[in-house]
Amino acid sequence: MLVSRFSGLGRQMINYLPKVPLTYAPKTGNLHASYSYFSHALKPKTFSTTTAHEEEAPQVEEISVIFVDNNGEKHIKVPVGTSILEAAHENDIELEGACEGSCACSTCHVIVRDMEYYNKLEDPTDEENDMLDLAFGLTETSRLGCQMIATPELDGICLELPAATRNFAVDKCAKAT
Amino acid sequence: MAVFKARAWLSRAFSTVASHPLRVCVVGSGPAGFYTAEKMLKAHQEAQVDIIDRLPTPFGLVRSGVAPDHPETKIVVNQFTRVAQHERCSFFGNVTLGSSVTLPELREMYDVVVLSYGAESDRVLGIPGEDLSGIYAAREFVWWYNGHPNCRYLNPDLKSSDTAVIFGQGNVALDVARILLRPTTELATTDIASHALSALEKSSIRKVYLIGRRGPAQAACTAKELREILGIKDLHVHIKEADLLKTPADEEEMKNNRIRKRVYELLSKSVTSRPLHPSSDPRELHFVFFRKPNKFLESDERTGHVSGVRLEKTKLIGINPGEQMAVGTGQFEDLDCGIVLKSIGYKSIPVDGLPFDNQKGVVPNDRGRVLSDTSGDHTRLEKGLYVCGWLKRGPTGIIATNLFCAEETVASISEDLKQGIVTSSSSSSGREGLLQLLDNRNVRVVPFSRWEKMDSQERELGNLKDKPREKLTTWEELEKALEE
Repeated sequence: MLVSRFSGLGRQMINYLPKVPLTYAPKTGNLHASYSYFSHALKPKTFSTTTAHEEEAPQVEEISVIFVDNNGEKHIKVPVGTSILEAAHENDIELEGACEGSCACSTCHVIVRDMEYYNKLEDPTDEENDMLDLAFGLTETSRLGCQMIATPELDGICLELPAATRNFAVDKCAKAT
Repeated sequence: MAVFKARAWLSRAFSTVASHPLRVCVVGSGPAGFYTAEKMLKAHQEAQVDIIDRLPTPFGLVRSGVAPDHPETKIVVNQFTRVAQHERCSFFGNVTLGSSVTLPELREMYDVVVLSYGAESDRVLGIPGEDLSGIYAAREFVWWYNGHPNCRYLNPDLKSSDTAVIFGQGNVALDVARILLRPTTELATTDIASHALSALEKSSIRKVYLIGRRGPAQAACTAKELREILGIKDLHVHIKEADLLKTPADEEEMKNNRIRKRVYELLSKSVTSRPLHPSSDPRELHFVFFRKPNKFLESDERTGHVSGVRLEKTKLIGINPGEQMAVGTGQFEDLDCGIVLKSIGYKSIPVDGLPFDNQKGVVPNDRGRVLSDTSGDHTRLEKGLYVCGWLKRGPTGIIATNLFCAEETVASISEDLKQGIVTSSSSSSGREGLLQLLDNRNVRVVPFSRWEKMDSQERELGNLKDKPREKLTTWEELEKALEE
């Protein structure tokens, strides 16, 4: 729950991003920049007690996540608190992220393979649902990668990229400008 | 001198590409063009991709279509910029297909030509009075507030009345309505064009009517855009409760359509919610369903100017299971207004030498392969010529739709290469040939590095006004930026 509140906060901050000039950066550079932008802003509030012990490098718990695409399965380790979009990019998984995690597009759409895991996720917000409306190949267990944050309960989750099931019926896609 | 130095590009071309590159030209630098370029570069290591655009500025509708208050949607330009900076990719702005270079010339010079120049015209209603002044295509209005140089001097009439009528209830219609109704203090910190901001600050428009032929179960907008406009500060939203009654046919239509269902729910909820406090500057948004335009009315005082619209009431009849259309009932009513915006669809324009389906407004194609003759059993392929984006599938969809659209077109190109239908020919002159030809014609090509300078300039100008950027909006300003 705490985690989903963080992602909400991050999203709100993203909405204020226009004041921060967008910078052109190398691949995933801006993604990192925008994430560090809000994690930096959040840190003093949330982790203030840990700043004194920085040398001890607090152990980051990791979970296993399986991605399935056209080329098969890929097993990766994702630190708790990281978004699925971020984790995918760090592991060279071809998940698009056109809006770089600001919940303003549908390109990081993933399908949770097992309903059991899907039910462990927080319900999508209205904003995420608005974007899922437009996702290509939407299913009952679709989510946006940028809004899914790794938590211990999700250990072992399997995520399919829609490309794995994609056909080319483009004109059947969401009609919206 | 700002005139483009072809030689520098030639040496770069030679140094980075093997002896027989696959020469690819993409026409149009919007999402369809950039996604196509990205997928081509990835799928074919030997591909050298040149993107041309008629404007000196790249990114098409991300720059001139996406609303200024949707900055998150524009973040995708970071990705497109990385594509343009790729060592096998080049952007050449200020190059117009049809005048700077013709389609047959491009096809001669390149192994593969992908047309993704979108839809730069508009559908028309075809009713009396459509050419009165004060009636605009929504596209023109959008280009105007987004600083497209072609509509810099549109000067839409926002002062002669308090009422605007918008035909259409899709997302473009909602964008336009939101820009007209949203407090300008909120727009002031966006990248909206300054000329538009100052006109909106003086605007007397307080009532906007969004008119649709069908009902709330068929509204073409999406939930995000609707939620956004319903949330505008101090806005009174009017929907006739009777219009919200659902018929079994409506239920059937919504059953398998998540967007329609959620849009309908939002509209229903908005009927019961009203702003709590009376505002000093009240604004009204009226959703008008089951009405179609019959004619435009001319003003008595201002000859040649629109003063209202005559609407015909409609009813829905079933045409297919889950599909209804609106037909007129013969009952009419008039609505006074000072400005009309038609948001009824964009239209692509063909160029010489390009097969075009005038009825559908698209290029006939088989998964992106341009077809020259679709009559009879025998379809003929235009070898090496492809389409992507709105020119291929019509003017609908979001930015991400172009991702799948580009995947499909690139898959077709890959297949054709594999089968030897298309080959990388040693005789195609590609980039060198194009630049030579443009140089001979005194076309001043704008490379991506030049755009990056203009981009910094726009950001700096914006910075002074607490805006993310201040767009260069006139041809003169753009020219001047090229000189510097």
